[in-house]
Amino acid sequence: MSTESAMLAQQFDDAAQQREASALGMWTFLATEALFFGVLFAGYTVCRVRFPAAFAAGSRHTDMLLGTIETAVLLTSSCAVALALRDVQLGGRRVAAWLLVLTAALGLSFLVMHGFEYYSEYREGLIPGIRYTQQGPLAGPMQLFFCLYYFITGFHSLHVGIGVILLLVMARRTWRARFSAQYYTPLELSALYWHLVDIVWIFVYPLIYLVGRAG
Amino acid sequence: MMTMAPPQASTLAGSVDTLFDVMLALTGTISVAVFVVMIFFCVKYRRRSHADRSNANQTRLGVEVAWTVVPFLMFMALFGWSISLWSRMRTPPADAAPIYVVAKQWMWKVQHPGGQREIDSLHVPLGRPIRLVMTSQDVIHDFYVPAFRQKQDVLPGRYTQLWFTATREGEYPLLCSQYCGTDHARMTGNVTVMKPADYARWLQAHAGTGLAEQGAERFRRFGCSGCHGSQSSVHAPDLDGLYGSTVPLADGSQVRADDRYIRDSIMLPRKQVAAGYAPIMPSYTGRIGEDDVLALIAYLKSRHATTETAREQH
Amino acid sequence: MNSIESAVPPPRSYLDDGHSLRSWLFTHDHKRIAILYALAITFFFFLGGFAAMLIRLELITPAGDLLTADAYNKAFTFHGVVMVWFFLIPSIPATLGNFLLPMMIGARDMAFPRLNLFSWYLYMIGGLFTLAMLVLGGVDTGWTFYTPFSTMFSNGHVMLTVVGVFVVGFSSILTGINFIVTTHSMRAPGMTWMRLPLFVWAMYAVALVMVLATPVLAMTLSLIALERIFGVGIFDPALGGDPVLFQHFFWFYSHPAVYIMVLPAMGVVSELITAGARKRIFGYRFMVWAIVGISVVGFLVWGHHMFVAGQSMYASMVFSILSFIIAVPSAIKVFNWTATLYKGRIDFNAPMLYALGFVGLFMLGGMTGIFLAATALDVSLHDTYFVVAHFHYIMVGGSVMAYLGGIHFWWPKVTGRLYSQAWARFAAILMFFGFNLTFFPQYLLGYEGMPRRYHEYLPQFQVLNILSSAGASILAVSYLLPLVYLGWSLRHGPRAGPNPWRAKGLEWLTDSPPPTHNFEVTPVVNEGPYAYEDA
Repeated sequence: MSTESAMLAQQFDDAAQQREASALGMWTFLATEALFFGVLFAGYTVCRVRFPAAFAAGSRHTDMLLGTIETAVLLTSSCAVALALRDVQLGGRRVAAWLLVLTAALGLSFLVMHGFEYYSEYREGLIPGIRYTQQGPLAGPMQLFFCLYYFITGFHSLHVGIGVILLLVMARRTWRARFSAQYYTPLELSALYWHLVDIVWIFVYPLIYLVGRAG
Repeated sequence: MMTMAPPQASTLAGSVDTLFDVMLALTGTISVAVFVVMIFFCVKYRRRSHADRSNANQTRLGVEVAWTVVPFLMFMALFGWSISLWSRMRTPPADAAPIYVVAKQWMWKVQHPGGQREIDSLHVPLGRPIRLVMTSQDVIHDFYVPAFRQKQDVLPGRYTQLWFTATREGEYPLLCSQYCGTDHARMTGNVTVMKPADYARWLQAHAGTGLAEQGAERFRRFGCSGCHGSQSSVHAPDLDGLYGSTVPLADGSQVRADDRYIRDSIMLPRKQVAAGYAPIMPSYTGRIGEDDVLALIAYLKSRHATTETAREQH
Repeated sequence: MNSIESAVPPPRSYLDDGHSLRSWLFTHDHKRIAILYALAITFFFFLGGFAAMLIRLELITPAGDLLTADAYNKAFTFHGVVMVWFFLIPSIPATLGNFLLPMMIGARDMAFPRLNLFSWYLYMIGGLFTLAMLVLGGVDTGWTFYTPFSTMFSNGHVMLTVVGVFVVGFSSILTGINFIVTTHSMRAPGMTWMRLPLFVWAMYAVALVMVLATPVLAMTLSLIALERIFGVGIFDPALGGDPVLFQHFFWFYSHPAVYIMVLPAMGVVSELITAGARKRIFGYRFMVWAIVGISVVGFLVWGHHMFVAGQSMYASMVFSILSFIIAVPSAIKVFNWTATLYKGRIDFNAPMLYALGFVGLFMLGGMTGIFLAATALDVSLHDTYFVVAHFHYIMVGGSVMAYLGGIHFWWPKVTGRLYSQAWARFAAILMFFGFNLTFFPQYLLGYEGMPRRYHEYLPQFQVLNILSSAGASILAVSYLLPLVYLGWSLRHGPRAGPNPWRAKGLEWLTDSPPPTHNFEVTPVVNEGPYAYEDA
């Protein structure tokens, strides 16, 4: 089927205009995402400057091994989605669909690992407001660290979750040959989104897991 | 505007009003000028008039630049004036006498260093710089005395300060101007400015246990002396002469031991740990009130003074 | 619409493209979405206005006798929340902007019509949360939600309010994305950036602010919500958190939000004044750069809300100088509007009266803004009625005047009908006087030292308060009048024809009301905006 003309919405003159508009819309959306996370990073910075010791201590409570594996998983998944897009651009279909499924699976495993992290933190009593059993001098301000930790990783995981669903939909549409070497805008935009999720994590990982272990 | 303004009862009030009046004159002149020109154009170039309209659509760059640059320069001049006055308003003189204020929903609690306590009122002497050290027990409030042209938010968890030198005897309204809940509008009081002699009499009449003595009593009651006392086996800093000194911190930096430092050391002891001591001080957040902290600070301050007198005597 | 008298000439107008409720609720037509928005924000405007009426009635006497303190606090909070997020922010962009932006650049629709409809639904969902908050008993934090009052102390429905504002924030983000993309990629051939009408520039600038500022509000409100649910959070002073950090975040959004409200008004007024004076705008490029400058510098002045909040002295100095600087482009705009009248052929029709009223009120609001930018004066004026008067001059005197001016100007285009000029002029003049009577006394009240958000006040403030309340009743009448004569015109107004004002701009080239896809033939642009040569 001629996907190109079928996908042209009436308000656009031609496919190029539609593609440009969609891409610009996605980039604008990504700019808002940067600000969503920007607030949290700003809050993190302010609190950490006030309580460097408590933040370092809080950071040491996180699971660096899992965090590192999660980072590797996300980076791999980003590579997979890029390969999938490349395959579609070259006219491929099956490989691309499987690569997308792989990306989604990696995203899902990221979420599962995070679930385990949260659970072990719950058992350790590290969740302020729900179960917080830390004692000692740093216990108070360390809660600030954990509030931000859960909020940032939770909000990021929400993005991962949305991304997984999006990628599965894209995998299905790729499998059904909705895309071609001429028309693949939705897939490209989904990949962009997934890269953003990945990039945000690249900031989260050192701030949460690595920072207190340096000194 | 002079007649509308609240009475001028502090050394700052006159300067603030002068700036206000000059700004009013400037902006007022410009506004009136623009209105006059607008009305003139509206009349002259009304639809049915036969005014000359040749070259109507010219834009003159010079005019544009002029009315960009001129307001800019005017604004910068006003900024300079305002900022110099403002840094005076925000910097209390070194000899300003402290009075402590604790705000809570919905009242002002005032403690004088001599132990005099007041609620919703503040007595101050004429002609002497006063520095209010303020904190809140719950939400954000704001200490506002229109007659002094001074105002400062009062925050929980930290000290803010406000200073003035009263110049006119009388009673002036004290208002909370940061919205703080149901009875925000009733969180008001009076500032009474008295002649120094009257003020001394007032202090005499209301003298209670001095704030420092109250602090000394709390120092024992809360168990501070258990660690910080000279007989203690716990390795804790000696607090004699602490107030006003420079404290080296565990992270290598230094800090001046002022009100804020002492408060944080009691309520949030992990924030700044003194060099050479283990971080074993427990936090007193939620265990003692803001007025207790103020009494403790006054007590530590007095130990600073007594050690100095002791040294001088030796 | 009523019956169509003559045989309908093809193509059908967007109003006749389906009459069922379904054809409206599932429309992708930017013009119909604009009307959906207009109906919704009008509802919220009068709801917020009702709260304002309660406030003014209460303040007639110094004692708190009509409302309890709690009810009063809930009334001004409701007034603020509804007027800011459910009226002013969507007002011009979501109605006039949605309707006109594609037409002014010669496009058939927005770039993302479905997203556009979705953003209206988000607005409605946010609105439902807000209504639920009202029905269940309201909230008393003030529209500013200052911590720790909002997180630890208030026992109103903070959560519902926060969720409502959060959701409506997404509506404005989506609208912003749509405007940016539409302006970038949907312009007709020949419509270069420097040929865009100033209204389009204003919409573009406002969209940038919406897209970049609103996320900050959304996250900040989420942090408040979590702090309320779990009892811990980064704004909690007991843990060492910083309540002033909340204010930084909040004003990082809410100061640019002021420009979300006033930039569109500036765009509207530029259209109205050029059409009313039949002249090119004076200094088009300066006007464009002033809009862009305001939207950029607008992000850097948030700290002027916090001169007495305990931020550092040096931070306040920087915010103060930037706040003075941002007054320059606003001054340029006022001077250029005035200069546009020079050698014009001025027709005092109703939209022009609104526009002239806007310029006057905006100037007074702006001038008093300079007082507040001056730190030394802000110390005594902050959080008094001076501030209340200042921002009402900008938002009500400015934005609402411009919004109504725009409604009157494009009404014939939107509905195809003309309304009574006499009534409209009367309403505009009444509004100007009612407004000044309401809010000018508030400057004096603030100067005398009456703090805002006071349910009771000192007896010496009563005279000015009575004047203000009297003005408010006039203002209320002048807001109700347009409902009557504009409503009347829908059925009985004469047909407008494509261009009743003989105005320039692509939207006037097509029929009134326009066909569904705006233009039968995509227009080609070969001259700048406001090409009025017959002066």
